[in-house]
Amino acid sequence: MDYQTSAILAKYPRGQSDCLIPILQDIQEEYGYLSETAVVEVGRHLDLPSSKIFGLATFYNQFRFEPRGRFHVSLCHGTSCNVAAAPEILRELEKILKIRPGETTRDGMFSLEILACMGACHLAPLIRVNDNYHTKLDPGSIGDIIDSYITGEE
Amino acid sequence: MIVKIEVNSKVIKAQKGETIMSALKANGIKIPSICSMKDFTPTGACRMCVVEVEGSQGLVPSCSQPVNEWMKIKTHSPQVIKARKTIVELLLSNHPDDCLYCVRNGSCELQALAEELNVRERRIMGRKNKYKLDHSSPSIVRDPSKCILCGRCVRVCDEKLSVFAIDFVNRGNRTIIGTAYNKDLNFSSCINCGQCIMVCPTAALFEKDSLPELEDALHNPEKTVLVQYAPSVGVTLAEEFGVKPGKDISGLINAVLKKIGFERIFDTSFAADISVMEMTSELLARKNKKENMPLLTSCCPAWVKYVEQLYPDLLPFLSNTKSPQQILGSVLKSYYPEISGIAAGSIYSVAVAPCTAKKFEAQREEMTKKGISEVDLVLTTRELAKLIKLYGIDMNQIEPEIADDPYGMRSSAGKLFGVSGGVTEAVIRTMPHVSGAREPSRVKYQELRGGKGKKEAEIRIGKTTYRFAVVSGLSNVLPLLEDIKAGKCEYDFVEVMACMGGCINGGGQPVGSDENAVKARMKALYSIDEREIIRFSHKNPKVNELYNNHLGGLPGEKCKSLFHTTYSARKVLL
Amino acid sequence: MSEKIHIPVEKEYLVNNVLLNESADLPVEVEKILRFVRKDKVKHPVIMVGTGSCGLISGAGETLLEINKYLLDRDIKADVIETGCTGYCSLEPVVDVHLPGKTRISFKNVSAEKLPFLLDSMLNNIVPHEYVVGQYENPSLELWKDVPLIGELPFFAMQYRNLMKNWGRISPHSIEEYIAAGGYRSYVKTIRNYTHEEVCDIVEKSGLQGRGGGGFLTGKKWKIAHTAMADQRFLLCNANESDPGGFANRSMIESDPHRLIEGLVIAAYAIGTSRAYIYIRSDYITAINRLEKAIDRAQYYGLLGYNVYGSGFNIDIIVSKGPGAFVCGEETAMISSIEGKRGMPSPKPPYPAISGLFGKPTVVNNVETLSNIPAIFENGPDWFMSLGNKTAPGTKILTLSGKLNNQGIIEVPLGTKVKDIIFGAGGGVPAKKELKAVQIGGPSGGFVTSENIDIPYDFDSLASVGIYMGSGGMLVLDEDCCIIDTVKYFMDFIQKESCGKCIPCREGTRRMLEVYENITKRPVDENGHATLERFKGVMQLESLASVIKDTSLCGLGQKAPNPVISSLKYFRNDYEEHIFDRECSAGVCKELRLFYIDVEKCTGCTACAPKCPVSAIIGTKRHPFFIVEEKCTGCGICYDVCKFNAISVK
Repeated sequence: MDYQTSAILAKYPRGQSDCLIPILQDIQEEYGYLSETAVVEVGRHLDLPSSKIFGLATFYNQFRFEPRGRFHVSLCHGTSCNVAAAPEILRELEKILKIRPGETTRDGMFSLEILACMGACHLAPLIRVNDNYHTKLDPGSIGDIIDSYITGEE
Repeated sequence: MIVKIEVNSKVIKAQKGETIMSALKANGIKIPSICSMKDFTPTGACRMCVVEVEGSQGLVPSCSQPVNEWMKIKTHSPQVIKARKTIVELLLSNHPDDCLYCVRNGSCELQALAEELNVRERRIMGRKNKYKLDHSSPSIVRDPSKCILCGRCVRVCDEKLSVFAIDFVNRGNRTIIGTAYNKDLNFSSCINCGQCIMVCPTAALFEKDSLPELEDALHNPEKTVLVQYAPSVGVTLAEEFGVKPGKDISGLINAVLKKIGFERIFDTSFAADISVMEMTSELLARKNKKENMPLLTSCCPAWVKYVEQLYPDLLPFLSNTKSPQQILGSVLKSYYPEISGIAAGSIYSVAVAPCTAKKFEAQREEMTKKGISEVDLVLTTRELAKLIKLYGIDMNQIEPEIADDPYGMRSSAGKLFGVSGGVTEAVIRTMPHVSGAREPSRVKYQELRGGKGKKEAEIRIGKTTYRFAVVSGLSNVLPLLEDIKAGKCEYDFVEVMACMGGCINGGGQPVGSDENAVKARMKALYSIDEREIIRFSHKNPKVNELYNNHLGGLPGEKCKSLFHTTYSARKVLL
Repeated sequence: MSEKIHIPVEKEYLVNNVLLNESADLPVEVEKILRFVRKDKVKHPVIMVGTGSCGLISGAGETLLEINKYLLDRDIKADVIETGCTGYCSLEPVVDVHLPGKTRISFKNVSAEKLPFLLDSMLNNIVPHEYVVGQYENPSLELWKDVPLIGELPFFAMQYRNLMKNWGRISPHSIEEYIAAGGYRSYVKTIRNYTHEEVCDIVEKSGLQGRGGGGFLTGKKWKIAHTAMADQRFLLCNANESDPGGFANRSMIESDPHRLIEGLVIAAYAIGTSRAYIYIRSDYITAINRLEKAIDRAQYYGLLGYNVYGSGFNIDIIVSKGPGAFVCGEETAMISSIEGKRGMPSPKPPYPAISGLFGKPTVVNNVETLSNIPAIFENGPDWFMSLGNKTAPGTKILTLSGKLNNQGIIEVPLGTKVKDIIFGAGGGVPAKKELKAVQIGGPSGGFVTSENIDIPYDFDSLASVGIYMGSGGMLVLDEDCCIIDTVKYFMDFIQKESCGKCIPCREGTRRMLEVYENITKRPVDENGHATLERFKGVMQLESLASVIKDTSLCGLGQKAPNPVISSLKYFRNDYEEHIFDRECSAGVCKELRLFYIDVEKCTGCTACAPKCPVSAIIGTKRHPFFIVEEKCTGCGICYDVCKFNAISVK
C-alpha cells in the first residue's frame, strides 16, 4: 500500500462502513480516480468486499475508475444549459476529444464529465476546465477552447 | 394479536404486524412477486405485489406494508391488474425475445407472469440493453441481458453464503448485476456454488452447458463412457419430471443412464464410503497428535474454494481427503482399468452432481494426473433431466435396475452425504471401527439432522469425547472460522456445506424448489437409511475389497496418492 | 486576503453581552458596537464582493484579486469583505462600496477590468451611474443622490426577505456579523429555557411545513421522532439539491451558513439528538467550505459540542458529502448513502422518524425548512403564521430561470400569485415575447399555462392543478420554447437519475423518454407500420404515466410522470403538432425540421453538399442543388454553411 492511501485510511476507524464514501472521496481527491488496488485496500480497512465498494461507487456520479486527464472538462447539463445548446456542446466535445463522458483521452490530456447543474443558469451554457469557467458558449468555440489548453501545455 | 381486515369485500383474519402479503397468503390469495424471498426482509423493488388499499395514495406494496385493523384491500382490481401487467410489459420491453431458445423456457418466472397476466401484445417497445455473455466461469454462465434486476442472486450470495461476489453495478436503467470492476466471474470471489442460479427467475444465470461435450463422448467409438451419480441426485431428479419432491428414483436412474448409452453406472455414494474411511482415520490421527484441530471437511468444492480465497491460513485444517466424486474418478482411471480390462486411455468419466461447483472441482489442477482429469465431465441434476428428455426416454415406462459392480454398492452412510449432517453421521458411525473402540449403541444422530444452519453433537467414542459441528449455508460458518483463527474453537470435526441444507439443495438441483421440497428430500434420504441393511461405510463389502485387494489396507501410501489432495491459497479480487 | 476581516470585538464580549443576554432588546451601548460589527456603520471604506458560486463563475474571484491589488498599489486603507449573493444572479459580479457616513451602494457586472474605474470614481465620491444597482437605505446615513433604493427596485420590492435577510449583507465567513445581526440568540435562549416538547410545540404552532416539497408539518415530524423510544436519534439536513435549475440551497449556505446551523441545532435539541448530519452535494465546494468553516467558528464560540452554555445539551454536526445522485434527496436513500451504501430508497413503513439512520429514529429536514427555525424563535410562531396564507404560512425561496428579464433567487410569502412573481420580481418576458408556460417544481413538477397564471404559489393551490412544488424551481417558457422538448429534457434527467431499484421507474421512465424522442424526430424511413408504432407509443404515455405514479417505490418515481401528465393536460396542441404535422412551431426540435434550397438563390457553389452527414444534398456544380426530403434529418449544417441564404426551413 502506498503512503498516501495508508495516510488516508489512518484517518478513519477500521470496520466502520459509514466511512466508506468519505474514504473513497479522499482517495479520488488524491489520485483522481478509484483504482482497483486502492479499492481492495479500502475493503481491507473497512472489512468490505470489493464488489460492494465497486457497486456503491458506480452508483454515484462523483466516482471515476479511470485516471483524470490533466485537463478535466465538466459540462453543465442543467435546464438552462440544455435549452442553450449544451447537447450540441457535448457532441462537439465528444467529437474533438474522441471520448465519452467518464473517459479520459489516451494521451491523458483530457477527461470529460457531465454535471447535473452548476447553478449558473444566467451564464448558460458553460463548461469548466479544471478551475476555469467558460461561459455563454457556442458550439463553434469549443475547438478553440480545447486548443488553447493544448497550446498552453506546450 | 388477531386483527380483521377486509379483502375484496370479505373479512379475513390476520396477525397484527404481519405484512399484507403474508396475511393474504395465509388466506389462500396468491399475490405475484418477483423480488421477495422467504426469510429475507422485503426490498420492495419489483412492485408486482401492489394492492389497492383504501385511503392510500397510489398502490401499496403488499410485501412490506403491515396490516392494520379494518384495512380495506383490493387485490385484483382493474387498477391493480393494469399496474402488474404494465410492469411485466416493461420488463419484456427490455428482454431478449428468445424464449424458444432459452434454457429456462418453461421454468421462467417472467414467462409465467406474462402468461398469468394475459400479456398478448407487445405494447411497450424501445431500445434494449445488450450485454456480453460471461462464459468465463467453469460452472456458471451470466447473461445480463436477461437479468430483470430482482436482486435475489445478490442477496443469496451476500446473506446466505457471505461470498459477496456480485452486486448491483451502475445506476438506473444501466444497472447490471456484476462483479467488482466488472471482471469476469472467474476472476471474482465466486465459489461456483450456484445458489444464485437457484433463485434467478430468468436465465440470467445458468450452469455451463456440458451436454454437447457429453454427446460427442457418447458417440465416440474410442471412448468408454462411465458415469457416477451423487447421493442426492436420486431423490431430486424425479421433480424435473413433475413428481412431487421426496421420491427416490435411483433404480430408474440406473436404468435410464444405461439406456442413454453409458457403459457402466456407478454410485458416488460408494466413494463417499471410502471418503468416510479416509476422513475418519485422518481425524483420529490428528486428534492423537493434537494438531490442526478441528478437522474441516472438504467434500464441498465451493467451501474449499472459499477457504482458499478468504482463509488461506486455515487451509491446514481442511481435510485433505478428496471429495467422493474425485475419489471415484481417481479409482476409475487407476484401479478400475486393471480389473475391468477397459483401456485406461479410453475411459471417459462423467459425474452427475447436484452442484455447479463440482464442474469447477473436476477442472482443478490438483485433480489431474499427468494432465489427465480424474473426472472428465460433470452434469448437474438439471442437465441429466435434459439429457433424459433429449433421448426421448419415458420415465414412466422403464423398470428400475441396479448400478454396476463393483462401485454400485454403497452403504446408506455414504448416501447420507447428500444432506447436511450426513457426512458427520457417517464418520461417527465408522469411528469406533477405525479406532478399535466398541460399536456405539445408536446409529441415528437426531441432533445432527434437520434444517438448522448449525447443528452440534458431543459423542464419546472409546475413552475420548469428540465434539462435532455441522454447518450449512456458508454465512453460518463465519463465527466458527474466526474462533479457529483465534484458537478458541472447541470442536474436533466440522462439516461444512456451502448450500443451505447440503447437497439436496445444491446449485445444480431443480430450480423453483422451496423449503418444503428440501425437507421432503431430506426425509427421503433418511428413510433410505432406515430401510438399509448396510448402514456403515466400513461394512460396505466392496470398499473392503478395494482396500484389501488393491490398497493394502488403511491408511496406506496408495490411499494417499489416490484419495488425498492439497490446497493452496487462491488470489481473486475479494 | 479575505481572512483579514477586521473584527472590532472579542468573543467573550459577544458571548457575555449578546448571546447570554436573554432580554428582547440589547442595551444601547451594545447595539452601538454591533452596528459596527455588522458594517451598518463603517470607519473607513469597506468594499464587499459577492462571492457565492454564481458570483465566482461570473468572475468575482478575479474582481476580488483586482480589488486587493488596487488597494495595495495605492496604499489605501479599506476593508475588503466577501459576502454571499443577493439573489440577483444576472448582475454578478456584484461589488458594494460603503464609505464612512454614506449609505452602502451596490454595483453590477463589475468585472476585474471595470474595477479600477469604479473604485477611482467612488473613492472620489463620484458615482459611476452606469454600474449602479442601488443603495441600501439606512436612516442614520447620508443617501447618495440619484441612486435608487435597493428595496424599491422591482426585483426586490415584492419580496419578503426573512431567510434571505442577510444575503449579500453580511459576510458568511464571520460568525460575529451573524451574531451582531441577531443570530444564535434564540438558540441559546431556547436550549437554556425550553423543554424539547415546548420547542416542538412552538414549531408546530407556527405551522411551518417541510420545504422539501411534501408540506408535512415540521413540528409534528419532530414530535414523532422525539417520542419514539430509542437510545439514539439522528437529525439529517437534506442539502443534496440536485434538480436542474435549482441552486437556492447552495446560495443559502454560501450566503448565510450560520442561519442553517442555528436552525439545525435548535431542531437537534427539539428531537433530543446529539448528532446532526448535513448531507450536501459534494460538488458544492464553495458551500461546503463555508459550512465547515462556519461549524468551526460556532464550535469556537461554544455553540456546538459538549454541554452548550451549561444547558446540558450536546451537539455534534457532521458534514456528509453526497457523491452525486439526485435520488439521495429522498430520505431513505439519503440514509442509505450516509450509512455507506448505494443510495437506493427502501419501502416505508418503517418511516425514518421511527427507524431511520442505523435503525434509529431520524428526522430529515431540508435546508430551507431548518433555516426558517431561527426567525420563528426570534419573532414567535404568530409572526410566522401571519406570513404567507392560511394553509401555508411563511415564505418560500424560488429560483427564477428561463425567459425572464430578471433571473435569480427570490423570497416571497407563500400564496403570492405566480403572475406577480413572473411580472414583478421576474420583470416579465424579454423581447416582447408571449409567455407560454411556467414550469414549476422541476422534474417532479408541472406546467402552469398563461391562462391560469393567477394561481397562488402554495402547496395546496399547486397540488390542485397537479403540480408538486418541489424545491422551488420556476422556469419560464416563452413562445420560442417547446413544451415537448422541455418534458423530454426532464424525462431524460429522471431516467438518468432513477436509482434502478423498482421496475416502473427504471424501465418506465426511459420508455417515456423514448416516446418523446420518437415524436421529436422525423423518422428517416417511415413506413405505415412505424407510424402506427409511434402512435401507439403516445397513446400509451398516459397509461404508463399513471402506472409509474401508482406503483413506484419512492417519491422520485411517483412524481416522475408529473411533467408528462401536466403537459398532456394543458398542451395537447403541442403534442398533436409534433405527432400529426411533424412540426415544432417553436423550431426547437431540430430533428423535425426540413430544409429546402431556393433554386433562385443557389449558385451551385457545392459548399453544402459535402458537409451533409446523410448525403441528402445532390446536384451538379454551378447549377442549383436540391435536398432529398426523405433523407434529410434536419440537422441544419447546410443552413449554417450556405453563404447565399439559399437554404431555409420548410
